[in-house]
Order: sequence, then C-alpha cells, then structure tokens
Amino acid sequence: MEKQIWVWADYRNYFQSRVTLQILARATDLAKKTDAVVCAVVFGDRVDEYVAEYIAHGAQKVYVTDDPLLNTYNVESYAFLLSALVRRFQPETLLVGATRFGQEIAPRVAKQLNTGLTADCIDLDIDDKGRLVQIAPSFGGNLIAKIITPHTRPQMATIRPGTFQELPHDDDAKGKIIPISLPDHMPGPRVRCLKSELHPVRARKIETADIVITGGRGMGSKGKFKKLFDLAALLHAEVGATRPVVYADWVSTEALVGQAGKHIRPKVLFSFGVSGAIQHTAALADAKFIVAVNKNPNATMMKLADVALVADANQACSGIIRALKQRIRD
Amino acid sequence: MLHIIVCIKQVPMVSELPWDPRTGTLKRETAQGMMDPAARRALEAALQIKADRTSGPVSITAVSMGPPMAEEVLFEARALGADQGVLLTDPCMAGADTCMTAVILGKFIKNHCPDAGLILCGSMSSDSETAQVGPQLAEDLDIPAIGYARRLELVDGCIRVERHVDDFLELMEMDLPGLVTIDHAGESDRYTPRYVALGGVEAAFNKGGIQVMNSRALGLDHAFNALKHSPTKIMDVYSPVTEKKGRVLTGAVKKMVDTLFDDYGKIVSSAMGKDLKTHDHEEDV
Ligand SMILES: Cc1cc2nc3c(=O)[nH]c(=O)nc-3n(C[C@H](O)[C@H](O)[C@H](O)COP(=O)(O)OP(=O)(O)OC[C@H]3O[C@@H](n4cnc5c(N)ncnc54)[C@H](O)[C@@H]3O)c2cc1C
Ligand SMILES: Nc1ncnc2c1ncn2[C@@H]1O[C@H](COP(=O)(O)O)[C@@H](O)[C@H]1O
Repeated sequence: MEKQIWVWADYRNYFQSRVTLQILARATDLAKKTDAVVCAVVFGDRVDEYVAEYIAHGAQKVYVTDDPLLNTYNVESYAFLLSALVRRFQPETLLVGATRFGQEIAPRVAKQLNTGLTADCIDLDIDDKGRLVQIAPSFGGNLIAKIITPHTRPQMATIRPGTFQELPHDDDAKGKIIPISLPDHMPGPRVRCLKSELHPVRARKIETADIVITGGRGMGSKGKFKKLFDLAALLHAEVGATRPVVYADWVSTEALVGQAGKHIRPKVLFSFGVSGAIQHTAALADAKFIVAVNKNPNATMMKLADVALVADANQACSGIIRALKQRIRD
Repeated sequence: MLHIIVCIKQVPMVSELPWDPRTGTLKRETAQGMMDPAARRALEAALQIKADRTSGPVSITAVSMGPPMAEEVLFEARALGADQGVLLTDPCMAGADTCMTAVILGKFIKNHCPDAGLILCGSMSSDSETAQVGPQLAEDLDIPAIGYARRLELVDGCIRVERHVDDFLELMEMDLPGLVTIDHAGESDRYTPRYVALGGVEAAFNKGGIQVMNSRALGLDHAFNALKHSPTKIMDVYSPVTEKKGRVLTGAVKKMVDTLFDDYGKIVSSAMGKDLKTHDHEEDV
C-alpha cells in the first residue's frame, strides 16, 4: 500500500495562519525520505480555494469533505471525521498545526485511534527504519528528546506556527482531489457554537520584523523592561520576551518568543538578560545576527551570539540607546 | 447538587530538572513542587461557581495523579475551598504520557464519581504544555468538551463558555456532564487565583486527610503499566549544542557599545534601513 503523510488543513484564519503550508513543506521533505505521498485533509463548506492553495504548496493528494453541515469548526465532528478517514486510508503519519483548534483536535483523534501524539515538535525526521522521529524540547529543562511511535499508527505530532518555512506558491503543481462525502451516521454535535467572530488582536509584526529586541528576567523589573521599548523605537524594532517575563506581566503574552509563542527571523536580534533555554531559542534559529547581553558569559544565549556583551542588561541598553542617538543620521 | 471535579497537576518549581537516563523520564521526585498555574485557575473557576448562589449546592473534588508528594497540591486545594482531595498514586502510573494520564483520571471519575457533572482542567500545564490531557480525558469519558474557557456560566442545566481561539471570540454551549479547560493566560482576570488564607493549609490538614488510591483501589487492571502502555517512546535525550564562536566583549559599557557599532554598525544599519555613523567621533560636516 502507498505510504502517506497527512497534514490536517487548518484554514480558518488563513491569511494570518500559514501553519498548514509550513507543515506541507516539511512533509514534502519527509516524504522524499520514505517514498511517501503528501496529503492534505480539508473539512468545511466551499473549500475549493483552500484545496487549490494546498496543492500549490506541495499537497499531492487532497481528501476533501465539503458540506454545508461543516460550515463551522466543531472539534467533535471534525475529530470524528478525521479518525474515520484515518481508519479507512491508514496514513503512516498525521501532522497537525498547533493552533488552538489544532491542539484540541489532535489529542482527541490520537485518543480515538489509540496512538501517540507529540506536542510542539521543533523538528521532524525519518530514522533508518522509516519511522517518524518527533523532536521536541522536553522536561522543562534544556533538553531535547527524540520520540518515536513504534507500535501504533498513525504517528502523530503537532507543530507550532513558524517552525518551518512554506514552499513558494507553484501554480503549475498538480494534485489529486479525493472527495469524501459525509457519513450518514454523523453523531449530532454535543457542543453548540452560539457565536464565533473574528477578532484579530495580535499584531504579528514581531514574526516578520527585521530587528527584534528580546528581554528576559535579567532585565530586572517591569519598569526597567520598558527601556527596551525606547531602544525599539530608535531601531524600528519589535520587542519580544521570555516566558518568565510574560508570566510576571512585564509585557503582554503577545510578546512571548519561543516554543509556546512566536517564532522570529530577524536580520538582527538584540537579546538582553536572557539565559537561552531551548524553549526560547528554538524560535530563534533563523535570526541572522545576534547581539546578546548577559552578565554571565557562560549563558547559552551568549554562546549563540555573534557579539556577546558581558554586562548589566540595563546599563548596556542605556549605552546602546545613547550611542544610537549620536550615530543615527536622519 | 453539582459535583465538580478539578484535575490538578503538581509541577516542578524549577525548570531545570534531572532526568532518568534509563527511562528517559523526568525525576519529578527530586523537584520542589507547586500547583500547576493553569490548574489553579481551573480550581478558581470551580470555587467561583460554588460561591455563586444561583448554582445551587456544589461539591468540589480535587484530584491529582502523581508521586506521593503531589499530596501537597491537594492540601492546598482543600485549603482554598475544595471539599475533597484525592491522590492517585502507584509506581505503575509513573511515566504516564498524556493518554495514560487521561486513562487513569478517567478510571477514577468513572468508578468513583459517577455523579460528576462538570470536569475542569487547566488548558495547559506549565511543565509540559501539551494541552492534551483535558481533551483526551473528555474522549476517555465520552463526554463533550470545550477548551480555553475565559468565562463559564451555568444556564438552565447547561454550561456556557466564552473563549478566544485562533483570533475568534466564541460563545459555546453544552449539556452536562461535560469537560471544560480553563485558559492558562486569560486577558481578563476573571480566574486569577485567590491565595490561601494564613493558616489555611494547616486547617486543611486538620480537616482530615487526602484520600490516596493506588491502581488496585482505582480499579485498574493488575497488568497496568503506564510507561509500557504509552504509545510514544523516547529514543534519545540530549542537550542541544549550539555554539557560534562569536566575539565576546568585556569591560566598560561605553567601550563595548562603541566596538559593537564601529565593527558591526553596518549590519545594524542595513537592517534598519538607516545610516549609522561608524565612528562616534566622526563629525557631520
Ligand atoms: C513546556 C515549556 C514551554 C516553554 N516555552 C517557553 C517559550 O515559549 N518562551 C520562553 O522564553 N520560555 C519558555 N519556557 C521557559 C524556559 O524554559 C526558560 O525558563 C525561560 O526561557 C527563561 O527565561 P529567562 O531567560 O528570561 O530567565 P532566566 O533563565 O532566569 O535567565 C535570566 C538571565 O539573565 C541574566 N541576568 C540576570 N541579571 C542580569 C543583569 N542584571 N544583566 C544582564 N543579565 C542578567 C542571567 O545570567 C540569566 O542568564 C518554557 C518552559 C516549559 C517547561
Ligand atoms: N497528573 C495529572 N493529574 C491531574 N491533572 C492533570 C495531570 N496532568 C495534567 N492534568 C490536567 O490537564 C491539564 C493540562 O495538562 P497538559 O496536558 O500536561 O498540558 C492540567 O492543567 C491539569 O488540569
């Protein structure tokens, strides 16, 4: 039987969330290593446009259930449908983007299918036995685990938005569309959606900014952390933060950079008082040039830096602000 | 009477924890534990329902699966206002992944709390952040579930939930029994946890102990072994080696900053699309 890698297609917030396209790109690499076919699975009402997008971004086959009954995202019916399709077509692997909805549907499908699920993989690979290697930070420490699902199928993983880069749009790409009709015995939804309105609150500029300034616990206090915004104004940069900083409410959750937050790919990253835990640095892999400030020269973040300043974070921040004021030519 | 079950995990207070290289799992017994902040919010939601007169009588059971020391978070839950605390602990539960955790919690609810009306979990725990246990527990119990609640309300025997999911503000409704996970980082402070009153923890100690159940008392199969039955296996654990061999600057801040801009100013200036003087003594003429 043909080997398949499935990507569950999450298009609800299409223009903001490119996670499905990003995973399709990675699935394409993995498929080459195991001689598998990359498939997208799309549920919804009038989804032709999305189906075409997925094909243009690497899906070789698309399973589509297009029905007015599926016009709202409903985790129970979607999980039911997805599990039923998996039982029927038996893909080797099922990948799901870790949007909030993805994080709801994936564990339910895994449980229905009695298979494993690794959350928030930072990378995926194939081992010499053709198995999916799910690479994820683990145990809250500075450790990475390689996880496999040896005995059950599919092998399941969720991946945060921004982890991989999408392939360029290819209008000439060909894909096979496989329509699947709704089963007659769809269980009635036990959860009713009374209202669902799009409220984009997040300014996602940090994910695309050319210069990002991140601050960690080493900034010392909420008041001192504010200085990073002064620097950001001078540099036309966005400000990001580590989890303890967000938890301490020095800055809003939207600024969180890391596994649980945003992935960034700036040309220049300034990092102040950040230790460099893997859950944070996993989201910095594409930063081109890193300037780190830490009073501890042995902090991981300092080892990742192109230029490491052994200094107090606040003093260095003030020093850089002063220097910039003198140096910027208008 | 509404019986609310709150699932509470004990999580390590420190982020760097030793792990057992043999089994590849965390040595939780060596860490100082605290109540998972997300589960604490779930408990807060339960306490608010209980305090609300329109809910009618409410009984809250806090349950935790973990090593014996996880008992502490249950004492704390009692001190905060939970009526019962139950610890599910057994060597054969060690190493449970989310699926097995859900099976164990599910066994407790099915066998020992048949009257459970509402089950509350945190949306994601601070030490593993998988967000899987809640949905998988709902699946195990075959009850409806709503994730990421910012606010809940009992309305005519069903529950209404406001949530913010992927930029959508939603209002959902379901019949009970059902499971709700409480958002771990709500923008509204509705479920900001209360603190234990002074002496509260001790009072909870006096109110009678925590019920402890092993796998037999729970009704698990005698061959149950969470680690063995977990479908995922850890092949390898390693420390990421990431070194760039960059340049390290030390000394006076002013000197370091000048070196930074003298030597790398071009990189910064091209990223910001503005000209930078490469030497601060270079004067504009
Ligand atoms: C499941 C899970 C998910 C997580 N997800 C994320 C995530 O998405 N993003 C994230 O950031 N974290 C995440 N974390 C937390 C992560 O493991 C680290 O705990 C966190 O990144 C550390 O933040 P920090 O560097 O600000 O703090 P610390 O680790 O406390 O480091 C502070 C640093 O500041 C330095 N310092 C102190 N004082 C000064 C000073 N005066 N001047 C200069 N330097 C100073 C210290 O030397 C130290 O290096 C997650 C953890 C878990 C368990
Ligand atoms: N061992 C456990 N005992 C009790 N509740 C748990 C346990 N593990 C997870 N939970 C619950 O599930 C939620 C989500 O956890 P997680 O899936 O680990 O992110 C937590 O906030 C708890 O409410």
